[in-house]
Amino acid sequence: MVVNQATLKRDGVQDFVSLRATALVLASYALFIIGYFITTPEVTFEAWQGLFSNLFVKVFTFAALVCMMIHTRIGLWQVLTDYIKNAKLRAILGFLLNLLAFVYVAVGVFVLWGV
Amino acid sequence: MWNLARLRHRALRNNLDGSAKVCLAGYNNNSWTLYESDGQVTVKKQRPVNLDLSTIQMPATAKASILHRVTGVALFFALTFVIWAWSESLSSPQGFEFVKGLFTGFIAKFIAWGTVTVLSYHIIAGIRHMFMDMGYFEELESGNGSAKFILVLWAIVAVAAGVWIW
Repeated sequence: MVVNQATLKRDGVQDFVSLRATALVLASYALFIIGYFITTPEVTFEAWQGLFSNLFVKVFTFAALVCMMIHTRIGLWQVLTDYIKNAKLRAILGFLLNLLAFVYVAVGVFVLWGV
Repeated sequence: MWNLARLRHRALRNNLDGSAKVCLAGYNNNSWTLYESDGQVTVKKQRPVNLDLSTIQMPATAKASILHRVTGVALFFALTFVIWAWSESLSSPQGFEFVKGLFTGFIAKFIAWGTVTVLSYHIIAGIRHMFMDMGYFEELESGNGSAKFILVLWAIVAVAAGVWIW
């Protein structure tokens, strides 16, 4: 256990809790954005930019993006280990998918930076 | 066939005290061959395996489970469109108008509807999953019931999302 905590090695409990904790953040963010579209009669550029220049929304968006990266890291790993039997192919696909998740986060950071 | 004859011979030889009924059983060509002590040989054919996929249906719980996976993977790729549209719409007033203009067309509306629909299923199934973590809907009947419930609920949400977007 000490060794597990001292290194960055993942374990099942950590994955279980991370998957659910990030799911709660992602679901709240999705409901927040869908709620914004439902309650806003006419979304203009000014209103849209105003939304994401708000510090709370910026932090919420960034948190959702980081949670997405953690959530998909675990979820896609579960899918890959179940369906891709070839270890090399699985490693390559896992690498590419995690890279794509990182790109999503990076794009998000630069977009939020500029608003 | 030489080995079947050998097996039969060994079956008879091994039955030294004559008490055993079946002395040897061999499996070959999807059937069991039983060599009995009195020399009788019985071939029991294996029950037929149903591989006609058109007559097999997954239970509701299996459908709910695989859909959760499929929608999860689909959402991950849908994010490419979502994040691109989000980035473009915030870049400039022209970018915003460009993205807004796209949503008058069928393809963008369909992608938006697909994303919202897939997202709603993933959230609904995720909530059911958390109930199961807490020990509910774990029996055969309640599990099938909750799975059917979320599938119906999803259909309603999908139609509502379609009405909202179009």
